[in-house]
Amino acid sequence: MNSKKTAQIYSVRIGGCAGQGVKSVGLVLAKLAARSGYSIYNQIEYPSLIRGGHNVMHVNISSNNVYGPQELSDLIIALNQETVDKHHYKIKSGGGIIYNSDDKIDTSQLDKSIHLYGVPLLTLSEEAGGGELLVNVAAVGAAAALTGANLNTLTALIEEEFHDKDNDIINKNIRVAKNAHSYVLENYAGSIKDSLKPIESITTFIPKMVINGNEAAALGAIAAGMQFASIYPMSPISNILHVLAANQEEYSYVYRQPEDEIAAINMAIGASFAGARSFTSTSGGGFCLMTEGYGLAGITETPVVIVEGMRGSPGTGIPTWSEQGDLQFILNAHQGYFPRIVLTPGDVNEVFELTMEAFNLADKYQTPVVVLIDKNICENEQTCDLFDVGDYRIDRGRFTTQQVEDYKRYDFESDGISQRSIPGSGNFFIANSDEHDPHGYSTEEIEMRNRMMEKRGQKLLTCAEEDMRDPQVFGPDDADITIVSWGSNKGSILHALENFGNVNYLHVTWMSPFPSDFIKDRLSKSGHVICVECNYSGQLARLIREKTGIEITDKLLKYDGRQVYPGEIEERIKKALEVINKQ
Amino acid sequence: MTSMSDLKTPHPPNWCPGCGNISIWGAFKQAAVNQGWDNTNTALVAGIGCHGHMLNFVKITSLEGLHGRPLPVATGIKLANQKLNVFVFTGDGDCFGEGGNHFIHTCRRNHDLTVIIHDNSLYALTTGQTSPRTPQGLTTKSTPQGNPDEPINPLSLAIISGATFVARAYAGDMEELTDLITKANEHKGLSIIDVLQPCISFNKSLTHDFYRERIYYLGSDYDPTDKDEALARSRELESDRIPLGIFYNSDAVEKGKEPQKALIENEAADRDLDKLFRKYI
Ligand code: SF4
Ligand SMILES: [Mg+2]
Repeated sequence: MNSKKTAQIYSVRIGGCAGQGVKSVGLVLAKLAARSGYSIYNQIEYPSLIRGGHNVMHVNISSNNVYGPQELSDLIIALNQETVDKHHYKIKSGGGIIYNSDDKIDTSQLDKSIHLYGVPLLTLSEEAGGGELLVNVAAVGAAAALTGANLNTLTALIEEEFHDKDNDIINKNIRVAKNAHSYVLENYAGSIKDSLKPIESITTFIPKMVINGNEAAALGAIAAGMQFASIYPMSPISNILHVLAANQEEYSYVYRQPEDEIAAINMAIGASFAGARSFTSTSGGGFCLMTEGYGLAGITETPVVIVEGMRGSPGTGIPTWSEQGDLQFILNAHQGYFPRIVLTPGDVNEVFELTMEAFNLADKYQTPVVVLIDKNICENEQTCDLFDVGDYRIDRGRFTTQQVEDYKRYDFESDGISQRSIPGSGNFFIANSDEHDPHGYSTEEIEMRNRMMEKRGQKLLTCAEEDMRDPQVFGPDDADITIVSWGSNKGSILHALENFGNVNYLHVTWMSPFPSDFIKDRLSKSGHVICVECNYSGQLARLIREKTGIEITDKLLKYDGRQVYPGEIEERIKKALEVINKQ
Repeated sequence: MTSMSDLKTPHPPNWCPGCGNISIWGAFKQAAVNQGWDNTNTALVAGIGCHGHMLNFVKITSLEGLHGRPLPVATGIKLANQKLNVFVFTGDGDCFGEGGNHFIHTCRRNHDLTVIIHDNSLYALTTGQTSPRTPQGLTTKSTPQGNPDEPINPLSLAIISGATFVARAYAGDMEELTDLITKANEHKGLSIIDVLQPCISFNKSLTHDFYRERIYYLGSDYDPTDKDEALARSRELESDRIPLGIFYNSDAVEKGKEPQKALIENEAADRDLDKLFRKYI
């Protein structure tokens, strides 16, 4: 049955309280691994607190590809007692715990098979001139030693990390890391592994990015020639605005923080009306406020790109945890009908590419485009090859800044797409939220209303014909079981697939327009279909039923805010196979 | 050069005969003719309410948006292309009810926009309900027992929120309003003009007669650069005398709030993306 070998994955779990630098330990280890030739998948879990909550970062490392979370860890770095207590039963056999032996950490309850690596992190930090604040740097040094990582790569990373700080600070950090590194080499000489031993030397090193979906979305927008962004902070997408705010001078676009999400989308619409490629981003709660602007962009045919990062909802919900609960909302938000394009990337590469594409689609179809991602995509880092804009060309669509004789902004064309222009061009038009005639003048006439509705509706049909893409199929063409899913579940599903030869995966990245024919064909051919979603009601399954008439009864639904793990999917596949084999 | 006929659209105004909107429309067009505002240099934005119909009667490119939201739209336009004269037409319900939050923050941001508030002190398009500007005690369709709440003072709110050009006008004085609109556009910062606009159909209390008995102009000895004095005079509205004119006009406008080049001119082709991508190695 096993056609492929499961990738060997080495998982490090770092735990501590908020403020202890858990995330930076994880990021440095991930970059260290990436620069040593490994693939990584970082998973971050934290409560909605700035200080005091329990933070966990998982760094999953493989010389093969790793693209999803892992339930068990090989090594735990415990920055506090809570980490030991909460996570010791998640250690693989033969695994170990690095803990701060300066703290009175109680390890007496632990299974005797767990290797314990007590390291006096605070003392080692203090010896090197650091203090409490650099305990996490000492932890990185200790972990690097234990996993056989290259010390020079680590010190280079630290130097780069603090490049804008003075030499004193850089040197102090390096000394602390080195001090902990040598302590582990001396005291645990027999336990040194080669999990992070470089597989690529500096000379053969091909750079890989360690990047999360928020950053990929921001970079995709910049690469797509975005000229204006207004984003109100909200978990889990705030990092998008941080990246955009920091780079605006260098890349000559404007980012502004508005007073709320209503202003965010209306500013973006105003800027787009004036000709700028415009962008905004929010989470579900913020999108509730954007809903009226969403339809304003629809009826005025103003392009705007929106990245929506989903978190556990409704209301404030579980704000720092993930969910895929906004799909039907994005597909149906706003009163009445207008064409909307909804894309659902499943990893950082897809986020980058679909965000770039979203800008071209928004301009081509003169309507809002939503890139819908879940919190796991927003915040989990992955390795990927250095982004490449490849043959991407900025395409503003049917758009003119020149004066056109007898210009009609909403002229009727067979594909529904009229020529767009901007104020200041000499062309007169009203971008009118009232129903309007080709110039934009308000109208309530029956025929004009019907033709305008049909013209706007036509754009989505044109898009389905000219641009929509079918889901990607992973695994064999013909399979006993077909999994259909979307978003960050992709990574875990791909890992699960590694253990089965007769299961394939339909990864849906276009939700509107929807590739109904392809999906209907695939699902009808499959012996058994499992829909995997992180929401309560099976929103993709509902969409599939609406568009194809196919009702999927086997649904793996998860709504506890946690990521779906490969093991959970494997179990569901096995259950289905049992039933199939009995028949 | 702009002529009156350049501004004419196929749609004559559909406001009630005698409505104050008509003279605001006339004053704006006159200012546009005087100043040469046209489709090469100007953009208009309106909210929803009787005022919003105006965009159909002026042939200058515009965006008629959502109820309460014209200010953020206008801000986006100005940030995208600072060369445009950007005018916002809004009502008292639009600006202080649905859009109250945007009003405060637009004043704080103080971008170079001209905001003309068609202030008829109630909701007219929905046939006469109370607005944030309706005097306390006034009976309307939504307050048959009398409006229980204090009205907003638009000028005081604008001044303390950071707008740098704050004025009041009366729709019945077109000449003065034309002049104010021109001066407001010349001001490099946010300009707010609260125009007292009688709604002859639904507001039987704040009529032309009511205003004519109470209005007077701030004299030539009034110093509009004194913020404290401006704030004090703006509060006269709460008495029985209604001063008109420029209450506050400060040159202390921060330069460079808007990019000096239209964003559309910033081609993405010369963006060094490789440098950006390499930050994530
Ligand atoms: S209802 Fe009032 S504000 Fe509206 S058009 Fe008539 S008079 Fe003017
Ligand atoms: Mg009103």
